[in-house]
Amino acid sequence: MSIAWYLAVSAIVFALGAVGVMVRRNPLVVLLCLELMLNGANLALVAFSRMWGNGDGQILALIVMTVAACEVCIGLGMIVAIYRRHLPIDVDELRELQG
Amino acid sequence: MGATTYGWLVLAFPLAGMLVISLGYRRLQAISPLAAGWVGTAAIFLAFLAALGALISLQGLAPAHRELSSSLWNYASTVGIDAQASILVDPLSVYMILVVTGISTLIHLYSVSYMEGDRGFARYFAYLNYFVFSMLLLVLAGNFLLLVVGWAFVGAASYLLISFWYRRTTATRAGIKAFVINVVGDVGLVLGTYFIFKHTHTLDLLRSFHATEAGAFGHGHNEGDLVAGCVLLLVAAFAKSAQVPLHTWLPDAMEGPTPVSSLIHAATMVTAGVYLIARMHTLFELAPAAQDVGAVVGAATLLIAGSIGLAQTDIKRVIAYSTMSQIGYMIMGVSVGAYAAGLFHLMTHAFFKALLFMAAGSVIGAMAGEQSLERMGGFRKALPFTYACFLIGGLALSGVPPFSGFFSKDDILLVTGERGGWHWALYGAGYLGALLTAVYTFRMIFRAFHGEPVAEARELQAGHPHHATAPSNPATGEQEDTDVGFPGEHHAIAERALPMRLAMGLLALGAIGAGLIQIPKLDFVIEDFLRPTFATSTLYEPHTRNGLLVLGLALGTVIGLLGIAIAYRVWVQRPGMAAAIRARTRPLYELFVHKWYFDELIDALVVRPAAAGGGFARHTFERLFVDETIVGGTTGLVRAGSAAVRAVQSGFVRYYAALLVLGVAGVGFYFLLQT
Amino acid sequence: MSSVFFFLAAIGVITGAVGVVMLRDPFYSVLALVAHLVSLAVLFLLLRAQFVAAVQVVVYAGAVMVLYVFVVAYVGGEGDAIAQRLRRPGAAVASGGPVASGLRLGGAVLGAALLVELLIALLGTGLETINGYGAGFSTAAGEAHTFGTPAYIGNLLLTRFLLAFEIASFLLLIAAVGGVVLARRRGGLGEQDGSELTPLDLLRPLDTGTTAEAVGAGRHQR
Repeated sequence: MSIAWYLAVSAIVFALGAVGVMVRRNPLVVLLCLELMLNGANLALVAFSRMWGNGDGQILALIVMTVAACEVCIGLGMIVAIYRRHLPIDVDELRELQG
Repeated sequence: MGATTYGWLVLAFPLAGMLVISLGYRRLQAISPLAAGWVGTAAIFLAFLAALGALISLQGLAPAHRELSSSLWNYASTVGIDAQASILVDPLSVYMILVVTGISTLIHLYSVSYMEGDRGFARYFAYLNYFVFSMLLLVLAGNFLLLVVGWAFVGAASYLLISFWYRRTTATRAGIKAFVINVVGDVGLVLGTYFIFKHTHTLDLLRSFHATEAGAFGHGHNEGDLVAGCVLLLVAAFAKSAQVPLHTWLPDAMEGPTPVSSLIHAATMVTAGVYLIARMHTLFELAPAAQDVGAVVGAATLLIAGSIGLAQTDIKRVIAYSTMSQIGYMIMGVSVGAYAAGLFHLMTHAFFKALLFMAAGSVIGAMAGEQSLERMGGFRKALPFTYACFLIGGLALSGVPPFSGFFSKDDILLVTGERGGWHWALYGAGYLGALLTAVYTFRMIFRAFHGEPVAEARELQAGHPHHATAPSNPATGEQEDTDVGFPGEHHAIAERALPMRLAMGLLALGAIGAGLIQIPKLDFVIEDFLRPTFATSTLYEPHTRNGLLVLGLALGTVIGLLGIAIAYRVWVQRPGMAAAIRARTRPLYELFVHKWYFDELIDALVVRPAAAGGGFARHTFERLFVDETIVGGTTGLVRAGSAAVRAVQSGFVRYYAALLVLGVAGVGFYFLLQT
Repeated sequence: MSSVFFFLAAIGVITGAVGVVMLRDPFYSVLALVAHLVSLAVLFLLLRAQFVAAVQVVVYAGAVMVLYVFVVAYVGGEGDAIAQRLRRPGAAVASGGPVASGLRLGGAVLGAALLVELLIALLGTGLETINGYGAGFSTAAGEAHTFGTPAYIGNLLLTRFLLAFEIASFLLLIAAVGGVVLARRRGGLGEQDGSELTPLDLLRPLDTGTTAEAVGAGRHQR
C-alpha cells in the first residue's frame, strides 16, 4: 500500500488517543491513551522513514519508545503513590494540589 | 541708598515683624504682655521711614527717570514667560506705600491699646503685619506675577483678620463670604493678566505698558482682547474695592475688630482696586469702553451705598457703607481720567475714614461691645475727645471746607465735569451722593452723641466705664466668654488710653490739613508728584474752566452744609420726625434696610444653584456615575473577568487536555487555511 | 498480498485503539492495547522496519505492558463505559462538575475535528511522494538488503545519533530511579495512616495548609 494509507491509520490512532485522554476518568486508562498517541506518531515516523529510504525515522521511533517507557514508569509510580494515600483514582477528583 | 533698595526695605520690615512675632511670641509675652504690639508697630514705623527714604531718593532723580525697576531673582523664565521677583518704584507706588505705611503705623499704635487683654494679641499683630506686607507687595509689584501674589495675600490676610474672633460664628461666616467674593476678583485678575499677556508677551508692568503704547493690541481703540482684559481687571477691582455687585462682603466684614476695619476696610485693602486702575491707566485709556464701565459702576455704587447708609443702625456698618460710597468716588475718578484727584481722595479718605473707625471703636468700647446706634445716645459729655474726632472726621467726609474731604472730592467731580457729554450724569450723581453722605454721617453722630445720655454714658460720666455682665455677640445676642477666640474683657476708650489718643490726634490733623496740598489753581503737590507715572496719559492734564471750578466749590460747600442741617433737623430738633418719614416711605425704607436685596439676589442667583449643583453632584452624579459605573463597573468587570479566568484553572486534567487538543486543532486549521 | 496483510493489521490496530478508549475495565483496556501494539508491529514489518517491529513487541508489548498489567492489578480502579456516560451524563459523576460532564461529547467532537484536520493535512495536500511505495533502496554495497536490520540501526545509533542514544539512556536511568522513589513504601509495611511525621509536619500540623484544609483532605482517607 502506498504510504498514504499508513499515514491515514496513524492519524486515526492519534485522534482516538486524544479522545481517550479527554474522555476517560481513570488515570491508568488516560496513560494508556497517551501511549496510543505515541504509537500513532511512531507509525507515521516509520512510514516516512520508508518513504525517504533512510533510517532517521526509525531511530526517532526508537527514541520515542524509550521516552514512552520512562514516562510510563513515572506515571504508574505516581498512580501507585496516589493509591497508597487512599485518594480516589479519578482525574476529576484529583484536581487540587495538596501538600 | 537707591530708591529700589528702600523699596525692598519697605517690604522687608513688615515681613520681619511678622516672623518675629509669630515665631517668638512666647519670648515676647515673657518680656511684656504688650511687647508683640510694640514690635509690630515698630516694624511698620521702620517701613514708613524706608518709604520716606524712597521718596527722598526718588525726588532726587530727574522726573523722566523716576520709574525704577529692581529684580531680586529670576523666578522662572520658560516658554516666553519672564517671571521675576521684581518691584517697581515710581511716584505712584511711593505715594501708595507712604499712605499705607503711615496709616498702618497709626493703626498699629491704636491697636496696642484696643486689643490689650485679648487672648489673641500676638496673633493679631502677626496677622496685621502680614497684611501690611501683602499690601505693600501688591503696590510695589513690578510685574503681574507679584501683583497677583500680593492681591491674593491681601485677600487671605483679610479673611484671617475678619474671622479673628474665630469662635464667633457670625465672624467666621463673614470671613468666608469676604474670601469667596475676593476669589471672584482674583479670577478676574488672573484672566485679565492672561488677555494682556497674550498680546504684550511679557509679565513686566513697564514693558507691558511700553508694548501697549507701541501697538501690541493694534492701533485703534477698544480692541476686543484689550477691552476683555480691562473689564476682567475691573472685576478684580470691584471685588477688592467692594463695588456693586461684588460689595456684599464689606458690611459683613465689620465683624472683625475695629482697627482691622479701620485699616483694611477703609484705608488700604479696599483701595487696591483704585490703585489697580490707576496703575493700568495705559491699558484703560486705549479701552474707553472699560473706563466707562468703571465710571458707571463707581457712580452707581456711591448712590446705592449712600442710600443704604441712611437706614443702617450698626455704627460700624454706617461707616462701612460710607467707605463703599467714597471708594465709588475714587473708582469713578480714576475711570474718567482724574488720576491725581482720585488718588488724592484716596489719601484724604484714608485719614478721615481711619479716624472715624477709631472713634467708633472708642464708642463701642464705652458701650462694652454694643454696636447698635439704637442703644447709643448722649455721649457728648462722657467722651469729649472721641466726639471731637467724630466731628472732624464727619466734616471731612461730608466735604465741608476747609477740611480735606472737600478738596479731594471736588477735584474728582471737577474733572468729571470737564469731560463733558454724558459725564454730566456722573457729576450730578456725585453731588447727590455728597448730600446723602452728609446726611447719614451726621445722623450717626447726632444719634450717638446728642440727646439723652444712655445708661452707659451716665456711668462713664460718673467715672466707671460700663462692663457687660455677660459677654455676648452684639449682632445675635449669643452668649460668649472672654477666652481665646472671643473678644477680651477689656474695652478701651480713647479718653483713657494714650496710644489711641495719639493715633487719633495725628489722623485728625491729617483730616483737617491734608486738603491744603492740592487746592485747585493754587498748589498741585499731588499732581506734580504723580506726573511721571502718568506721563503718557492723554487724560492727565485737563484744562479747568474757571466757571466750573467756582460752581463746583460753591456747590460742594452748600451741599455739605445742607446735609448737616437736614440731619440736625431730623434727628436732633424733631425726634419723632425720623419715624414719621420712615412710615411714609415704607417701601423705600425696606429697600434700604435690606441693602437693596443684593444678598438675597446673590443667594438666589449664585449660592442656591451652586449648592444644588453640589448636592446633585454628590448624591446623584458621584454615587451613580463614579461609584457605581466607573469604580463599580471597573471592579465588576475585573471581578467577572477574573471569575471567568478562574474557571479555566479548575484543576481538571481532562479539561486541560481538551484545551490542548483544541489549540492544536485550531493551529492546524489556521495553517490549513493558509495553504 | 501485502495489501491483505496491511488491511488485517490496520483493522487490528484500529480495533485495539477503539478498545482502549471504550472498554470499561482498565484491565481490558490494557489487553486491547497489547493487541494494538502487536498489530502495529506487523505494520512496521510491512514497512520493512524489522528492528523497530521487534523492539515494539519485545519492549513495548513485552515490558511496558507487563508493567501496566501489574499496576492495574494492584490499583484497579473503576471505569465507566464511554457509551453509558454519553447516555446518562448526569448520573455517572457526582463531583465532576459542569465542566467535566460536558467533555464527553465535547471530547469526541474535538477528536473528530482533529482527525479530519490531520487527514486533510496528510492526504489532501497533494504530496506525490506519499503516493509511492517508498523510495528505492540505494545501490550501495550491501545496503539494499540492510534497510531496517539491526546492523543498520545499530550503525546509525552509534555514529550519527550517538548523542540521542546516550541521552536516552540517561533518561532511562533517571526514570527508573524516579519510579522507585515515587512508589516506595515509607517506613516498612503498613498503610500510610497519616500519623507519620515528615519534616514539614514539624512546621505545621498534618492536613493543614490552605488548600488541604479548604478541601478537607482528611475526608478522603479511609
